Amino acid sequence: MGQNDIRVGVDIGGTFTDVALLHPGGLTTGKVLTEYSQPEQAIIDAIVKAAGDAGVGLGEIGQVIHGTTLVTNALIERRGAKTALITTEGFRDVIEMRSENRFEQYDLNLTLPVPLVPREHRFTLSERMAPEGEVLLPLDPGEVEAMVERIRDGGFEAVAIGLIHAYANDAHEVAMGAALRTAMPGLSVSLSSVISPQMRELPRFNTVIANAYVQPRVADYLGRLVARLGDIGVTAPVFMLHSGGGLISVETAAQQPVRLLESGPAGGAIFAADLARAHGLDKVLSFDMGGTTAKICLIEEGAPKTANTFEVARTYRFKKGSGMTVSTPVVEMVEIGAGGGSIASIDSLGRLQVGPRSAGSEPGPASYGRGGEDPTVTDANLLLGRLDPENFAGGSIPLLPDRAEAVAARLELSPHDAAFGITELVDENMANAARVHTVENGRDIEHFTMIAFGGGAPLHACRLCEKLGIRAALVPPGAGVGSAIGFLKAPFSFEASRGLFQRLDAFDAGAVNEALEALEAEARAFVEEGAEGAETAVRLTAQMRYSGQGWEIPVLLERKRFGADDVAMILAAFETAYRTLFGRIIEGLPVEITNWVLSVSTVLPKVKPVAHQSGGSPAPVIRTRRFYDAALRAHVDASEVDRASMTVGMTVEGPAIIVESETSTIVTTAYRAIAQSDGALLLLAKETRE
Amino acid sequence: MSSAAIDHQIMWNRLIAVVEEQATTLIRTAFSTSVREAGDLSAGLFDRQGRMIAQAVTGTPGHVNAMAESVTHFAAAIGPQNTFEGDVFITNDPWLGTGHLHDITVVTPVFRKGLHIGYFACTAHVVDIGGRGFGPDAGEVYEEGLLIPITKFAERGQVQPFLIEVVRANVRTPDQTVGDMYSLAACNEAGDRRLQAMMDEFGIDDLQALSDFVIETSRAATRAAIAKVPPGEYRNTMQVDGYDAPVHMEVTLTVEGESLTADFEGTSEMSRFGVNCPEVYTRAYACYALKCAIAAEVPNNTGSLEPFRITAPEGCILAARRPAPVSVRHVMGHLVPDVVLGALHKALPGVVPAEGASALWNIQISARASDPSSGLPGAEVLMFNSGGTGARPRHDGLSATAFPSGVSTMSVEATEHVGPITVWRKDLREGSGGAGEMRGGLGQTIEIEARDGYDFFINAMFDRVDNPARGRDGGGAGAAGGVALADGTKLASKGRQFVRNGQRLRLSLPGGGGYGDPKRRDRDAVARDLIAGFITPEQAKQDYGYEG
Repeated sequence: MGQNDIRVGVDIGGTFTDVALLHPGGLTTGKVLTEYSQPEQAIIDAIVKAAGDAGVGLGEIGQVIHGTTLVTNALIERRGAKTALITTEGFRDVIEMRSENRFEQYDLNLTLPVPLVPREHRFTLSERMAPEGEVLLPLDPGEVEAMVERIRDGGFEAVAIGLIHAYANDAHEVAMGAALRTAMPGLSVSLSSVISPQMRELPRFNTVIANAYVQPRVADYLGRLVARLGDIGVTAPVFMLHSGGGLISVETAAQQPVRLLESGPAGGAIFAADLARAHGLDKVLSFDMGGTTAKICLIEEGAPKTANTFEVARTYRFKKGSGMTVSTPVVEMVEIGAGGGSIASIDSLGRLQVGPRSAGSEPGPASYGRGGEDPTVTDANLLLGRLDPENFAGGSIPLLPDRAEAVAARLELSPHDAAFGITELVDENMANAARVHTVENGRDIEHFTMIAFGGGAPLHACRLCEKLGIRAALVPPGAGVGSAIGFLKAPFSFEASRGLFQRLDAFDAGAVNEALEALEAEARAFVEEGAEGAETAVRLTAQMRYSGQGWEIPVLLERKRFGADDVAMILAAFETAYRTLFGRIIEGLPVEITNWVLSVSTVLPKVKPVAHQSGGSPAPVIRTRRFYDAALRAHVDASEVDRASMTVGMTVEGPAIIVESETSTIVTTAYRAIAQSDGALLLLAKETRE
Repeated sequence: MSSAAIDHQIMWNRLIAVVEEQATTLIRTAFSTSVREAGDLSAGLFDRQGRMIAQAVTGTPGHVNAMAESVTHFAAAIGPQNTFEGDVFITNDPWLGTGHLHDITVVTPVFRKGLHIGYFACTAHVVDIGGRGFGPDAGEVYEEGLLIPITKFAERGQVQPFLIEVVRANVRTPDQTVGDMYSLAACNEAGDRRLQAMMDEFGIDDLQALSDFVIETSRAATRAAIAKVPPGEYRNTMQVDGYDAPVHMEVTLTVEGESLTADFEGTSEMSRFGVNCPEVYTRAYACYALKCAIAAEVPNNTGSLEPFRITAPEGCILAARRPAPVSVRHVMGHLVPDVVLGALHKALPGVVPAEGASALWNIQISARASDPSSGLPGAEVLMFNSGGTGARPRHDGLSATAFPSGVSTMSVEATEHVGPITVWRKDLREGSGGAGEMRGGLGQTIEIEARDGYDFFINAMFDRVDNPARGRDGGGAGAAGGVALADGTKLASKGRQFVRNGQRLRLSLPGGGGYGDPKRRDRDAVARDLIAGFITPEQAKQDYGYEG
């Protein structure tokens, strides 16, 4: 391993900044508290500490890889630049009218999210493109000049330009942008035809606005970070993890910060994907459960499932439709309000409910004894014997079962029934979300293996598997800093897309080839900023649908120069994809392509395969502890085992509790746990299914 | 609460997930754009007596509540002796299903260990059902398309080929319509699989105890909520445009203890055109409105719907008699909540919103080549658009947002790829929200022109052009709707009309009514509205008394 192979990953999360340093001696990880006012300080502290622990000089670090939720937070907390929108006359209110529906059907007092750019900052130009890109109404240079003055007089820091059908013809956006940049070189200008050149005005406008809104702050922050790293002697290039799970240069990130929205969580999915490859698992459900939320992601053939739109900054917790839909490549994750801190309550029908409200880390669950007055999932786990009161978080937080019992009484149930109800409901909520997500993707969850990480997941993994009919789960080591480790496993990648609407029966191969060449050149240039000369792979997706349908499905195609005779092949690929998702095709209907998506990524080094351990000698048992096995509806005597004492191949038959400093793995009666050579625990259903 | 109750709750939660999965399957597989894009569907689980136990939250209220009634019709028509494992039942009878021929309802009996224990049911709007197509111009339901009486789509797992052939022969889009019938059946199957897995997990073979628990709990909670409404009789009337003559809607709510009755006695007679509502659809929207205001948090099932008793005299426009035309029954149906909530306001001041635009402005355009010999293909374009909702007691109305319907609009860019039209404008209609301490939601302005070489027809089905949404408690009315050409030429608000190449259609969608005296509106809010252009300077001065 040479100097350039010393790499460090840093993840800024809401509470902690995690670091993972890969060096010739191995992997060193650590955590420091996130500092909101100066996030770069936590990074410096974390890197210095990890380098010290590992005995690596700061100057020896070859690469810094960074991911952060700061961009998302800036949108949620509305801490962005003073931003103007320039759009087509007649479309000033696209972002305010949204999809014209209500995301909560029965709430008469529903309020909708307030647009990022208020109406008085949304300006229009008399111009218009047609869907095929021809000019219906030319742009008047006089109007452009007047607009420049208007922006100058308004004192805006950032401008988003989003014109109708600009994905088909960007000329008017480019002209307006150039005029602004010439007149005001310091102004931040974002074009929808650059940031998200896809059909559908609402997500495209949202995306370019989100980009403009955060761009000045993010660019400042990244600039400071690079400078501060230089000051302490880290001169290595800095790369950012983007939402799609790949790396881009810090310069690109500063220009297109909207690509960073899911940067942190994507790291967790890459971490799981790497594990899936090492264990040779084709179909994986990654399950990441922390204190407030649980995240679910599908990983197939070693790659996390990605999407090209997602919803950010939901105003009603976790409620689909209450946020702002942006179109940018993203690892597709379902997030639900289920974590250790999720609060249980009784609703107006007298029913028990769990989450999405969370006690967070302050005051935390009632059993922390820090003033928490509401029963939470952690309290319930304690009452059911799944947590050891003396050994929670490595013994740093002694848990108080008395407090947990006292608050459970509010639910008008016996403490035991309350605890059982809470854990079952939270497991139901997570299982239901996982099931719906797999159904939406046309998959059968029974055939997946779970990878469980984050503090809460090992406690709930077995029960969740029981509910979902999943036979095997992996609990990796080092799961507490999974995202930061994931950063180190990410390829360099860039996804470029373009709206190019064509009916398949009028397929224009020339136009498609031309567009694809431009997309590939664009994507390749970004990848080469970080990985010049590296071996790359190209992934091409066409968004396709039957004519008249509202939404497209992604169809994976071979990257080649298309000819007119490829229509049959494209149609066949569409039909295969359609059948996988929906179970059937519709014969005789015309098919159309709306968008093309092309990504270039570096080829990941082959992972060292982990030999599958199917069981060996029993692990040493520390003592017998009782916990409540929900499937059996009974307390069971469980073997308590120290995870650190489990050598490769050692097996623990459920019921068992495998303890480590950060968390505990509950092995229910129906499962056994086997230590794998990479330190992961494999939870396997005892009854094998044939 | 007992631990058995916890089990019931866990299973109740699971049932709701099961029906959501059923609905998701339908959204993903249905062909019709209105299902996939706009959520025009419904899915639910029923017990053996035909009582609804759980229903997907996804869906639009007209289906949601109407489907709840339909399963009992199926059970009665087919009978237990003729109900077999593998059967799938079907109908699109407007009076037994969800109010017009375009909605197909499919019911699948659930069997466990050879015993019939319940039903899955679902409803979706199909692209075409033959007849005159989607529009208000028919004189009888027979002209509106093919009516499939309650029958078996499949018996013991075998699809009935004759039914499929009849449907194929009678609709313009045989692949899609028949495909949707299969989708509906498949979505019930998906629900069945999950239900069986749940019953395995919990070791039960019957739904009865669970059904009783869900329905009793919901009924008790709904009744308790109704009991909080002051007893009495509350009457309200409202006039709306109708097709060719104004429609008078009238409702009397009677609240006595835990029971609430809504009676539409006094409402206008049926129309000669397809704006009539079968009573089931009226009940669906009336019940939706009452539920939102009184017991919003209680999940939908027989227990939560039953305590609301809703009747309309047979033969009035809200309880149309066979064979009345009913194709665009949504227009009157969407206006029902306004008249019902207005009556409820007298019992519960400070809870319900002012009147809104309410009826969706569905734009159905048929583009045709100006020169028929040019060979340019025609195209059909459908857009869903919404005006403003009424102001609420503590919040402004929502601008350009559907209520009571639950549908979404489509992207203009996507729409322009569907047909040769240019949408020159789709933005908020300034000054259209009714003045009030809380302002009504704004309507929107839409301008559409045919592309070169084309003219188009529009099937107008718009309301609140002559009768704007009224304000409440001193709030002003929302702006009335307008149907015209950009040059000012007025068009009719209902029926098929021609728009020549070069002419621009301008639709001005109604605003919602205001709530409370506009002079009492927070001065900062008035100033903000003025800066944003939501109100005009004249309105600020005259309506709000703002001198700024």
